[in-house]
Amino acid sequence: MDYFTDKLSAALVPILALLVSAVLFGIFVAFAGVSPFETYALIYKGAFGTWFSWQNSLQRAAPLLLTALCTALPAQMGLVIIGGEGALVIGGLASVSTALVLQSFLPPVAVQITMLLAGTIAGAIWIGGIGALRHKRGVNEIISSLLLVYIAIAILNTLVEGIMRDPGQPQKSSTHPVADTVMFGNLPGMDVHWGLLIGVMFCIATFVLMYLTPFGFSARIVGGNPRAARMLGLPVGKLVIIICAVGGGAAGLAGAIEVAAVHGRANSALIAGYGFTGILVAFMARQNPLAIIPVALLFGGIEASGGLVQRRLDLPNAAVEVLKGIIFVVVLAFETFSGRLGFLKRRKP
Amino acid sequence: MGDTDIGYWVVPLAVFAGAIRVSTPFLLVSLGECLTEKSGRINLGLEGTLMIGAMSAYGVSYLTGSPWLGVGIAAMAGMMMGFLHGIICSLPRVNDTAVGIALMLFGTGLAFYFGKPFIGPQAPALPSIEFGWWSDIGQIKSALSINVLFIFGLVMAFVISWGFKSTRWGMIIRVVGDSEDAARAMGFNPNFVRTVTTAAGGALAGMGGSFLSLFYPGVWHEGLSSGQGIVAVVLVIFARWNPLGCLYASLLFGGAGALGPALQSVGFSGGYHLLNVAPYFLTLVIMILTSSSKQRLSGAPGELSVNR
Repeated sequence: MDYFTDKLSAALVPILALLVSAVLFGIFVAFAGVSPFETYALIYKGAFGTWFSWQNSLQRAAPLLLTALCTALPAQMGLVIIGGEGALVIGGLASVSTALVLQSFLPPVAVQITMLLAGTIAGAIWIGGIGALRHKRGVNEIISSLLLVYIAIAILNTLVEGIMRDPGQPQKSSTHPVADTVMFGNLPGMDVHWGLLIGVMFCIATFVLMYLTPFGFSARIVGGNPRAARMLGLPVGKLVIIICAVGGGAAGLAGAIEVAAVHGRANSALIAGYGFTGILVAFMARQNPLAIIPVALLFGGIEASGGLVQRRLDLPNAAVEVLKGIIFVVVLAFETFSGRLGFLKRRKP
Repeated sequence: MGDTDIGYWVVPLAVFAGAIRVSTPFLLVSLGECLTEKSGRINLGLEGTLMIGAMSAYGVSYLTGSPWLGVGIAAMAGMMMGFLHGIICSLPRVNDTAVGIALMLFGTGLAFYFGKPFIGPQAPALPSIEFGWWSDIGQIKSALSINVLFIFGLVMAFVISWGFKSTRWGMIIRVVGDSEDAARAMGFNPNFVRTVTTAAGGALAGMGGSFLSLFYPGVWHEGLSSGQGIVAVVLVIFARWNPLGCLYASLLFGGAGALGPALQSVGFSGGYHLLNVAPYFLTLVIMILTSSSKQRLSGAPGELSVNR
């Protein structure tokens, strides 16, 4: 019973925070002269109102599942990584590079697998390096991961305007395209690519890793109390680097999927903010890989409804950014209520 | 004012001029962050504050024609953002770094939302003081035209440095930053002091933003700051929480940031994007060289969560 009320209270706090954010954003749009009720009706319609919008939301949730893991897994060890966007960009670049080299002589399935692997490995090295710097040199991981986002974007821009540039794309600097035969198809019966399933599987696998294996248990001990972990003789450095690499691998995989299933080439379209929204998803899911699945769907829906809200209500497209920002701030402020919802506590007899 | 051909002298001159120009937002933001961190809290949201400051200053200057009013409004807006951070972090069990990340995204979103109509029109810019009146060479003249906000930041660096050492308020901030228990025992309310320093730091960061949109580069667009607020947070660590150190560090970073445009002006155009992120590389390298996993950094406020 206590276990159940604990879980209920853990889920209730973010839900209450979401309701409060909804009221605050309603007031915000009311100031812009737009009816809050109409706004929410449109958000619902654009996110989950029709089968078409459901598919759009699922498509956008796919990368969020993976970028959220990039924050959530290191957070289990007490590290705050906010550089998922950088790992996504680097993963996308790595996957497009391998595809361009290999697609002329390998069968498409082999190219697809190497693309995913290349993206994952690149992201793992990118964020694993941040974990290594944190452990070996005490470099603050929040700041280094964010700085590396800007560096990753500069690398992407340099390559797509320089040596990797496709001269056939004059309007938008891009790499050469991945062959059509290599591109990922859709899940059976729907207009959503395979990346969604990969993302969900990754979340479940990392949940099992973190909560049901001795490895994950020792990693969470490091997060709870590093001194105790050292006393137990746990290999703290190794755990930090591996968990960061797994998180970075997830974000890199998201980049590879965006290339292989959506864009077909690497260009600035990769910098769509999935890495940053992933941070919010992770915090709202309280860094739990399973809870990431519904939260990513919710935010995929919010992202998907952005266009409709913008067209119908004539709000700037940054309205969605404001909504996400309000939710993020309120969710964190509501941390103060966690475990304190008195009516859920069992009364002492 | 004609440009004389002075050959490759253009590069050091442009780096010098650029160091002052590019460093001004770094200087104002890092002074604000220094003030906040000395009281034992870290505000990572200054990146968002910088964007809000830039947008509101540009908007007000465009609508009213007065760039100075824009600077004032930017400072007010920055103060509001700092105040919000201060209040939320005063709630028990709320993590200041996480709230900073959230406010960074919130602030950028707000700036994009309200800034949409100001992308495009040209707002009146801030004037600068011409220190190059003695020279006939155009490049020297333009290198020595220094903005008032830089001079303000310069003065503030000395004032804050003196304030920490020699004023009652300065000492209260340092006590609160070093030991919450000691501050409580002396009868100060740490949350109140920290909220005040975060609001003041936000005001300085907002002014830093106004410099970006009203002087250099002097336009408003959505990629205006791209991480300068975060670099400024690192500068404070690099400067060992010393306001004068913030001044020198900002100048160094300003110089690194000016290297790209300076090399471009003499026709060296390779790696444009990479040169633009030179300050981020430099920041990262400095963090790797100066951090240590064995001990805390000297001069770090005891209550600061990033160092724990």
